[in-house]
Amino acid sequence: MNPISEALVWLNDPLNWQGSDGILALTGEHLWISFLAVLIACVIAWSLGLWLGHTGRGGNVVVVVSNASRAIPTLALLTILSSVSAWFFGTPATVISLAVFAIPPLLSNTYVGLRGVDPDVVDAARGMGLSSGQILWRVEVPLAIPLIAAGFRTAAVQVVATTTLAALVGGGGLGNIINLGLGQQKGGVILAGGFLVALLALVTEGVLAIVQKLVTPGKVRRRTAKPVTADPAGAAA
Amino acid sequence: MSNLQAVIPYGALHSDTTVLAGPADAPNPWLSWSYLQDNAPTILDHFLEHVTLTLESIVIATIIAVPLGLVASRIRWLAAPIIGVTGVMYTIPSLALFAALVPFTGLNNTPVVIGLVMYALLILVRNTVTGLDGVPADVRDAAQGMGYGSLKLFWQVDLPIALPSIMTGIRVATVSTVALVTVGAAVGSGGLGQLILQGFNQNFYRAQIVTASILCVVLALFADVLLATVTRLLSPWARRRAA
Repeated sequence: MNPISEALVWLNDPLNWQGSDGILALTGEHLWISFLAVLIACVIAWSLGLWLGHTGRGGNVVVVVSNASRAIPTLALLTILSSVSAWFFGTPATVISLAVFAIPPLLSNTYVGLRGVDPDVVDAARGMGLSSGQILWRVEVPLAIPLIAAGFRTAAVQVVATTTLAALVGGGGLGNIINLGLGQQKGGVILAGGFLVALLALVTEGVLAIVQKLVTPGKVRRRTAKPVTADPAGAAA
Repeated sequence: MSNLQAVIPYGALHSDTTVLAGPADAPNPWLSWSYLQDNAPTILDHFLEHVTLTLESIVIATIIAVPLGLVASRIRWLAAPIIGVTGVMYTIPSLALFAALVPFTGLNNTPVVIGLVMYALLILVRNTVTGLDGVPADVRDAAQGMGYGSLKLFWQVDLPIALPSIMTGIRVATVSTVALVTVGAAVGSGGLGQLILQGFNQNFYRAQIVTASILCVVLALFADVLLATVTRLLSPWARRRAA
């Protein structure tokens, strides 16, 4: 039987969808791990990015962080963190290394978005008597939304894609199906797992593209938002 | 074992609970000189495989991407579909892509190189288009006025002007590729990634994991500096305008 029909047969078997190792449970786990990682990354990267962008400090740091992060293999960080100690092994190690990789696109887009706000607009707001906090939340952030949203989309898709690797280091998620197939040397199972993971990444990308459009204020939408990171949509890792 | 060099004091990071799945409490330094000495040939082999995989992927990707970029830049309506398709390929997780190719290629370097080429394409095509779009129309007009044919125009005007942008793409793609090669370990390829994954599976052999990881990062940074130097040598006129 060729791998494609084998994969179709495997995907058609209801038993493979149910249970704690089933496709549905693994998808849930995959999304949960991704969600936690993105949440942690957002808290750190957004607060840092808003602060640096608002004060105009640390531009070099942001550039260095986003460039250097590209050179670090995700697999290396995953295995190193998983090897730290027993209580860290598995999901905690996975979530933290994924969060580390989600920070650069979030941080650089937030920073650049805030720095890109026309200084005249900020001056005008200050002239109208807005406080520093009001300028940040009522002027700078709304104007930076397109870039912040683009960074979020990049980071989230990247995390969903990379969560696949968790299976290699004892974590959960859909990567387990690929791992299972590799272990059993079943081409169909490998292919089915690969298909499911790719589908999840593409669906995430599609959904977030719509979300990005919805959260972008109408007047800002017309300005084309260019992502600043060299990796546009989800860096596959 | 006298010359083991533990960077992080062992024990400081350990809890008392012993869990079956997880690193055990045995002497397990993060860096070890004896590991390096005993395994130098193996490490070198994997390092060279890593370099080869990266080189193959980037060279093939460049050969495909530059003509694609040229087409996208000259025939405007093709630009969106070309960038779109490469963008979709970029979104597919690497492990999924490598794994999905395995049933057709077997467990060897082929699925990894194919996958890495696909990932590098997006960055390279986009930068080629950006570079070619940045060629001033006046310059092309002047060259045409001097009797340059379209081939000569491409080689002697378009390509040199677009070169810094294309080289930037190659740099970014190379650094990402060096990091991504490691994932190939899951399908039996992957250079240093294999040392990382083997070290992990053999009772969390930290010295091996960390050594291979450091070599990866060093290789990526070295490649970046090397390519930056090459770019500067190839485009001396752009030195002052370098962004």
